[in-house]
Amino acid sequence: MTTVSHRRPRGGGALAGLAPTALLLIGAIYCLFPVLWVLIAATKSPAELFSTSTLAFGTGFFDNVADLFAYRDGVFWLWAGNTLIYAGGGALLSTAVSAVSGYALAKYRFPGRNLIFNLLIGGILVPAVVLAIPQYLLFSKIGLADSYWAVLLPQILHPYSIYLARIYAAAAIPDSLLEAGRIDGAGEWRLMSRVAMPLMVPGMVTIFLFQFVAIWNNFLLPFIMLGDDGKFPLTVGLFTLLQSGANQPSLYNLILTGAFLSLVPLIALFLTMQRYWRTDLSSGAVK
Amino acid sequence: MRANRFGAALAVALTATLASCGSGEPTPQSTEAAQSPTAAAQGPVKLVYWTWAPNMDKIVDVWNKAHPDIQVTVSKQAGGDDAAAKYLTASKAGNPPDLVQAEYQHLPSFIAADAVADLKAETASIKAEFSDGLWNLVTLGTEGVYGIPQDSGPMMLFYRKDLFDKYGIAVPKTWQEYADAARTVRKKDSKAYLGTFSSKDPGAFTGLAQQAGAQWWSISGEQWKVNIADEPTKKVAGYWDGLVKEGAIDDMPFFTPEWNKALNDGKLLSWPSAVWAPGVLSTNAPKAKGKWAIAPLPQWNAGENFSGFWGGSSVAVSAKTPNKAAAAQFATWLNTDPAALDLLVKEAAIYPAATKAQSALGEAPEYFSNQPDFWQQAAGVGAGARGFTFGPNVGVTYNAFKDAFDKALQNKSPFTDAIQTMQDTTVADMRKSGFQIAS
Repeated sequence: MTTVSHRRPRGGGALAGLAPTALLLIGAIYCLFPVLWVLIAATKSPAELFSTSTLAFGTGFFDNVADLFAYRDGVFWLWAGNTLIYAGGGALLSTAVSAVSGYALAKYRFPGRNLIFNLLIGGILVPAVVLAIPQYLLFSKIGLADSYWAVLLPQILHPYSIYLARIYAAAAIPDSLLEAGRIDGAGEWRLMSRVAMPLMVPGMVTIFLFQFVAIWNNFLLPFIMLGDDGKFPLTVGLFTLLQSGANQPSLYNLILTGAFLSLVPLIALFLTMQRYWRTDLSSGAVK
Repeated sequence: MRANRFGAALAVALTATLASCGSGEPTPQSTEAAQSPTAAAQGPVKLVYWTWAPNMDKIVDVWNKAHPDIQVTVSKQAGGDDAAAKYLTASKAGNPPDLVQAEYQHLPSFIAADAVADLKAETASIKAEFSDGLWNLVTLGTEGVYGIPQDSGPMMLFYRKDLFDKYGIAVPKTWQEYADAARTVRKKDSKAYLGTFSSKDPGAFTGLAQQAGAQWWSISGEQWKVNIADEPTKKVAGYWDGLVKEGAIDDMPFFTPEWNKALNDGKLLSWPSAVWAPGVLSTNAPKAKGKWAIAPLPQWNAGENFSGFWGGSSVAVSAKTPNKAAAAQFATWLNTDPAALDLLVKEAAIYPAATKAQSALGEAPEYFSNQPDFWQQAAGVGAGARGFTFGPNVGVTYNAFKDAFDKALQNKSPFTDAIQTMQDTTVADMRKSGFQIAS
């Protein structure tokens, strides 16, 4: 009896395990194939781009990179730096704001708490794209359009991140721990910075990654906000290469190489941050 | 421990970003500094110029060196329809650049939105530098002058000389001959086409309609007349409709990878395009270098010499700039001064609008080294090119073209229906925006 009951779940488990694996594999191919395509296309010289097979590597990668870096005296680096400021700065600020608000919403009872939270939830339903033009008009009014702030500020308050931080804070910070801290005489500021925030780090890493990727890839907001090409992020900058006018030789190889190079930091960030993420989650689980 | 270190790193990075933003702050003020009248008195006038012409910064450097009192900053934008929308938004919000590259078809929308200044007084002396057809594109046939023509795109026929010779096809002089040649090509090589009809490029279709004599918009007093579904346009649409349905020509859009491949492999033998085509062909079909030649567009009636325009743009001055005179002075220099025109041709690779500069073009584009008289031919074609007044919502019309012709290709419905859709969509949009339409 026992042997049978042992075997049955094992056999069923192997079969049942196959379907999710296959599904995940298909999902992975679906997501990674375009990346592979960009990588392959970035290695092709202009002559090879439209004349060789789609999945055949080309010979022009280093020429493409050199051309891209030489394009308009290395404006690519300026755009890359801008993207880093927008994505890094925006994600850090957004994480800080989300963590603090999420913590406050989860652990304090104050009048209007539910109203604020419900408004934020409502905010999740409004796509950021819809807000870009009204935001541009508002920023123009206060004289901040076409500045770094015009791209940074609208991305700091991100309802979904606050929602995530609240859920995370509610689960990760035991009320008893805060009570113990209060009894020991810690002020609210000290409680937040020394007790609550360290516990929220894995959640913050998640929020940071989400926001970093979202801002890194954001196109519409900077496209509308910025007029000065010296402040463009990579997305908008590469778009100017694509739309350089019908009467100009197209710069496909530079665009593809630029798109590929702008993916590299994201991949690197994910690989490094992910490790960090996992260790903290598991160290929490062991406790 | 680790968490603490992360927190500290976060704090450090935060301050770093804030600091870097702070230091970035003073630069964006340059436009505002230029806009305050006191700044003009104190230092040089500062102008911001939105354009997407390549190497424009180098050309502007030459101006800046010679004119320390008027300093121009180029901000390179993404071109096309998005650029027009962006300029209109910026203008509405009150912070447009002082100068902007305005494609001829988008200039009327700028004028309708009061976004560009009337340069009548500033340009009285340079009118003669441009052909009447081009000048009409920046005046819309009114008393005002809303931009200075920069480049122009008269259309001609680009064809594969080697393959025409191989298949024994004579260069078509009329559209009738072009249709016959298309059928011949299909017979000689079942994988090749003489040409393709693109449902994604309203600009090309507009040029062909202009050649046939279409007049899509006109103004009389305060009223607009919209006549997109006029006889010449219907004739052009019906002609291509027949060829596509018959299978004599292909229906893939221009500027796509598949189109590039067909050009490269010699499976597309001709392209009715504009004078700027060598730049496109040299990058998209590098293998076919030296094998293409040019001829005037086929005509509707034998013996005529008409063409249309595909592309081309002007430099307009913002209605909101406090330095209109300085901006007009710069735009005039850029588009009429022989030294500037020379730079425009060499650095920005454009086909200049100024008549004198067109005839001064010497050496043929490298891709067309087998056609030493390239520019002479182009000038001949340009002389017969006729444009028309563009309306205030060309963006809507062009989008309607794409939607309607996509559908027509998909459902095999008549192209003339698509033309009617363009007409109806355009009129409805103009009514909605409050334009008076003469019926």
